[in-house]
Amino acid sequence: MDKRAIWIRNGRVIDPASGRDQVGDVFVAGGTIRDRLTPAQKKDVHEIDASGLVVCPGLVDIHVHLREPGQTHKETIGTGSRAAAAGGFTTIVCMPNTAPPADNAGTIQYILDTIRRDAVVNVFPTGCITEKMEGQNLAPIGSLKRAGVVAITDDGLCVQDNEIMRRAVEYADMFGLLVMDHCQDAALTRNAVMNEGYWSLHLGLKGWPGAAEDVIVSRNVILSTLTGARIHCQHISSANAVDIIRRAKQRGVSITAEACPPHLALTDAELKTYDTHFKMNPPLRTEEDRRALIEGIKDGTLDCVATDHAPHTDYEKDQEFDYAPFGIIGLETALAVTLEALYHSGELPLTDTLDLLTRKPANIVRLEKGTLAKGADADITVFNPDETWEVDPTRFFSKSANSPWNYRSLKGRVRTTIVGGRIVYHNGEIPDDG
Amino acid sequence: MTWTKTHLVGIEDLTKEELETIFRVTAAFKGILGRSVKKVPALRGKTVVNLFLEPSTRTRVAFEVAAKRLSADVVTITGSASSVIKGETLRDTALNIQALNADILVIRHTAAGSPAYLSRLTRIPVINAGDGAHEHPTQALLDCFTMREHLGDLKGKKVTILGDILFSRVARSNIWALTKMGADVTVAGPSTLVPETFARFGVTVSHDLRSALADADVVMLLRIQHERQSSTHFPSLGEYTSMFGLNKTRASWLKPEAIIMHPGPINRGVEIDSELADSGRSVILQQVTNGIAARMAVLYLCSGGSPEVLGENEDG
Repeated sequence: MDKRAIWIRNGRVIDPASGRDQVGDVFVAGGTIRDRLTPAQKKDVHEIDASGLVVCPGLVDIHVHLREPGQTHKETIGTGSRAAAAGGFTTIVCMPNTAPPADNAGTIQYILDTIRRDAVVNVFPTGCITEKMEGQNLAPIGSLKRAGVVAITDDGLCVQDNEIMRRAVEYADMFGLLVMDHCQDAALTRNAVMNEGYWSLHLGLKGWPGAAEDVIVSRNVILSTLTGARIHCQHISSANAVDIIRRAKQRGVSITAEACPPHLALTDAELKTYDTHFKMNPPLRTEEDRRALIEGIKDGTLDCVATDHAPHTDYEKDQEFDYAPFGIIGLETALAVTLEALYHSGELPLTDTLDLLTRKPANIVRLEKGTLAKGADADITVFNPDETWEVDPTRFFSKSANSPWNYRSLKGRVRTTIVGGRIVYHNGEIPDDG
Repeated sequence: MTWTKTHLVGIEDLTKEELETIFRVTAAFKGILGRSVKKVPALRGKTVVNLFLEPSTRTRVAFEVAAKRLSADVVTITGSASSVIKGETLRDTALNIQALNADILVIRHTAAGSPAYLSRLTRIPVINAGDGAHEHPTQALLDCFTMREHLGDLKGKKVTILGDILFSRVARSNIWALTKMGADVTVAGPSTLVPETFARFGVTVSHDLRSALADADVVMLLRIQHERQSSTHFPSLGEYTSMFGLNKTRASWLKPEAIIMHPGPINRGVEIDSELADSGRSVILQQVTNGIAARMAVLYLCSGGSPEVLGENEDG
């Protein structure tokens, strides 16, 4: 491990948390951010020339599937955390839909042990809301909290029973534990594989109305109002859902929400060749929905960007559209896609765009991350916002390559990722992997 | 007359000229089917594999007969006999069929988009024999061919498709074909099975049977597909019949010379009155017969057969 101090020189330093945006230097020693280096530290310092590059807090992603334990043919904590490093993410929150599901303290302990051994970035686990994510009986939420989860969620299996959901948020709030909800009404989406609309009719695929999301988002607004507990709505994709959250926030309801890069960048028209790399949950929706998400980001209705990085092998995705699993990987493309959708498109300044990937997601799960303030953990990302690169599916650090951006060109490329004062990614390499 | 396509995935991909070419070749083959020796050597030495992963009688038999009339060797694999139920992927099944020296692959599948997917994987022609609710191109070809036999040019003709449009690949393929041919298409049925969004395909959406049937030249009935839809789309088959079934009174709203079509299988007494199905206005069995010639045309053209050569033979 490189214990030397680090001197990042001449970069455009952007720290949304403090409002800093100026060309300057960032100093790292002993794993934390310093405002200067001592002469002794300067003697043996790792210098990084960041001229023409942006230096920002390490990116934070609160919605990642690492597939370990149980589905390590798709991804592992080792490979997924390397994908994070390559994408500029220094902190990721992993979902509990593993095999077995993370619905007990023992599985959380196993995940934490594996993180300690294999991960190259900070990884924080979540636990399940209900046993086996079956939506029937509450999981041991207090024990999960004690074991170290930062939130609970049944992820892809949204709790349908409103009584269970009410008790879950009420009970978890006692521990200050956030409930994250994948907002999907099961009855409205039975057998559905894509957004309901012109393209589902055109392709003859079973449609999935935005209403299936809106109904559960509304439910969460109502339950948050009832209990006073905060609920975080994952990957919002529908224009109506944005509007429901906006109105709820205006009334002071404690609700937060995230958007995912594909929903900010793509629409259901991409499915016209039945390419399963565009099959995800929630589905890509219309241009109107996409615009509403961007407006929601701009006025603060949507709090952050998260990837929903969902690895699947090539042979799992290479099937009939109906049979291929939902989900795409996102860690290694998220920064560029988000920059394109929000910053390069002229919708948001760079600082605000980076806020969605740093301070804001960290705040949602109450992690002390996402800032370059003096004394903070030295989690830093250095990137070139204007570098164009072609996505090469053979070069992902992720174990899977199910990306809709394969062979496409993206603008914005990560140069260096630093976690706790250690360089974990630099110019296409993970240094510790030799 | 030119033909450059290798695969037939959907009518959406065809131009009006290509449709006309298929109709002309279909007519030529129909002439041959009327002779005492009903066979031509066009596909002698070629193997046609019918991979039917969803139950089918009419379409499967029509493809088998069509291939045999063209002197091809025919192998039919049905869902229950295929390796798919042993866990083999469609990709591997198709590549194995290709490796077994098949020359043409005809595919019927419950999953929409499967023929398009296979056409990108295989070197041999892929013919769509119906994929989920997406397309059933040869059905639309035989339907339009039958309509033209009765009505001539379809430009400006009113064709009403009545029934379960949402789940129907027949409706979709006919919408593509008929709008390319210049017909005025109305899709009709309960609002849950005929969403307004269909208007974006250039057709009229109607939930009012009287206006939908008024002065129509063709009414095409679609089966209510129990196996494809959950039970939530309408209250009961009885209510469907009372609200949308074609009976004698409603048939009287059509043009006097209008024809009644149905891709089959029909459910007598549900979407169509039994007597009407057997009446002189019904062309349902003509559709079935034309289905052989239309599929001969598709197999012939997609395997590289020249439309001109056949036309000359027919003239001679």
